Amino acid sequence: MNAASFPSPSATARAAGPAAGAPAISAAGLRKEFTVKRRAGRVRRTSHTVAAVAGVDLAVGHGETIGYIGPNGAGKSTTLKMMTGVLAPSGGELRVCGLEPVPRRKQLARRVGVVFGQRSQLWWDLPLHESFRLLRYVYAVPEAEHARRLAACRELLDLGAFWDTPVRQLSLGQRMRGEITAALLHGPGVLFLDEPTIGLDVVSKQALRSFLAELGARGDVTIVLTTHDLADIERLCPRLVVVDHGRVVHDGTLAALHDRYGSRRRVVADLDRPYDELPHVPGAKVERVEDDGHRVVFALDGVPAGGLIGRLAQLGGLRDVAVQEPDIEEVVARLYAQSP
Amino acid sequence: MAEPARGAYRELVRAQIRSQSQYRASFAMDAALTSCVSVLEILAILVLFRVTPSLGGFSVREAVLIAALCEFAFQIADLAVGNIERIAEYVRTGRMDTVLVRPLSPLGQLLAGDFPLRKAGRVVQGLALYAAALVYAGIDWTPARALLAVTAPVAAGALFAAAFVAGATVAFFWIDSGEFANAFTYGGRTFGTYPQTIYPAWMRVLFGYGFAGYQPALALLGRPDPLGTPAWVAWCTPLAAAAAWVGAVLMWRTGVRHYRSTGS
Repeated sequence: MNAASFPSPSATARAAGPAAGAPAISAAGLRKEFTVKRRAGRVRRTSHTVAAVAGVDLAVGHGETIGYIGPNGAGKSTTLKMMTGVLAPSGGELRVCGLEPVPRRKQLARRVGVVFGQRSQLWWDLPLHESFRLLRYVYAVPEAEHARRLAACRELLDLGAFWDTPVRQLSLGQRMRGEITAALLHGPGVLFLDEPTIGLDVVSKQALRSFLAELGARGDVTIVLTTHDLADIERLCPRLVVVDHGRVVHDGTLAALHDRYGSRRRVVADLDRPYDELPHVPGAKVERVEDDGHRVVFALDGVPAGGLIGRLAQLGGLRDVAVQEPDIEEVVARLYAQSP
Repeated sequence: MAEPARGAYRELVRAQIRSQSQYRASFAMDAALTSCVSVLEILAILVLFRVTPSLGGFSVREAVLIAALCEFAFQIADLAVGNIERIAEYVRTGRMDTVLVRPLSPLGQLLAGDFPLRKAGRVVQGLALYAAALVYAGIDWTPARALLAVTAPVAAGALFAAAFVAGATVAFFWIDSGEFANAFTYGGRTFGTYPQTIYPAWMRVLFGYGFAGYQPALALLGRPDPLGTPAWVAWCTPLAAAAAWVGAVLMWRTGVRHYRSTGS
């Protein structure tokens, strides 16, 4: 990929923050409450206030890529919708590109790009390239700037093959590449991606991830990604914000998350014949024995795998050995289960 | 930013027209079938006069003018903003999200993005009926009346358009609101088609549609209002439309703020 031709943010987006060094996104005590009516008797209905977002504090620096994850109903999408000016917060402070999203919705819209995985922003009945042409008018992008970014996306996301195809006939993977292009054509400084890989096949997911990884690595676009696919996070997000019940329950690197929740590396040993007696190595615990004793799985308690593997080699009969990194799915599942 | 924004709405309308032309057969069928409605409205008036020589004190020629003016105005409004009723679908499915993340007004985007070209035929037909009614009514033409004849359908159209927008706003508060809004738009059109003298006072107050056909027609015909409103009121349709729009836009803004979106 040619890094120089990447779709770069517009001058407006770059000059976004009122003060230099101000974060791209800052939230303090951000809340969103919904009133839910429930039937209480034949006619009477009672109102309940439900806090979808219950006090989120967050600062995202320019050029950062963060993964915003949490179980269904944790308040991820609601937070994203507040950040893009779609929903008005019920309380707290929120600034995106230095702007208060709802009152400055139109100005903000020029500086951020949004991809809703489950909702198309393209013109359903028109050829794909028509949507891109229309967006130039919608965002009032200078023609040369628009053409440059479009050419970059066309090449990097390989849009040529379905350039003239009506959007309704595109595969999900093709459409999603179109959606990402649509979100980048006005050169946003912040890109919000709400479950961009949902429903995609493995190849499409990987293509999309490598594009986003490249975009994130350039460091001039801030990316906020919500996803249920933790492989997205592993590939793209050095920083992970986990929300549950409307609150941030973890904010840090993936490694910090593993440390905190004691997730362990594993050594999987395949044997020619089962051990008569399972070996004891300090810091390594036998987690399970499979395949009639032909496979033994050890969990490492923070010790290097070398000692254990050396010991197994001494014992003989070792056919194959694999070291498994901690499984993020498992950590996150444990995290969700823990929070009240 | 006014200039680029206008360009954007123009392009959105063009895109919508191109989208619709993707479904040519359905487009043609729809345009052909729905263009009969205005004729039927007028025929209904003529049928009434087979059993009565006058309706609420108005002759057949006068009543037809009221009906034709109201019908033409309604068709203008329906073409320009009638598709705003699709807002219910946008709110229900959460598609409104994608409207709100663009740097344009939501109302402008919805109107431009759903512009129903297929309704254009009805406006042409409404115009033809109105022109015929003006001739048939035997108006004593003055410059002021000529001006009124041209402006009245536009002003009355704006009045109906405001009703469409206000009615559509209900969707933000009450998801399944289609029929409720129709009572004030399609209902208002039927209400405005007849001389207001046939209605009890509370109905005339509840629906302000006397301004759509009845009042301007009085001024065109040079008739005092049998209900006793002063003669100058008959010229006030533009004011009524402006007031209705202020209300409609305020309601719309409240509605957008009230938008709750849907789960992811």
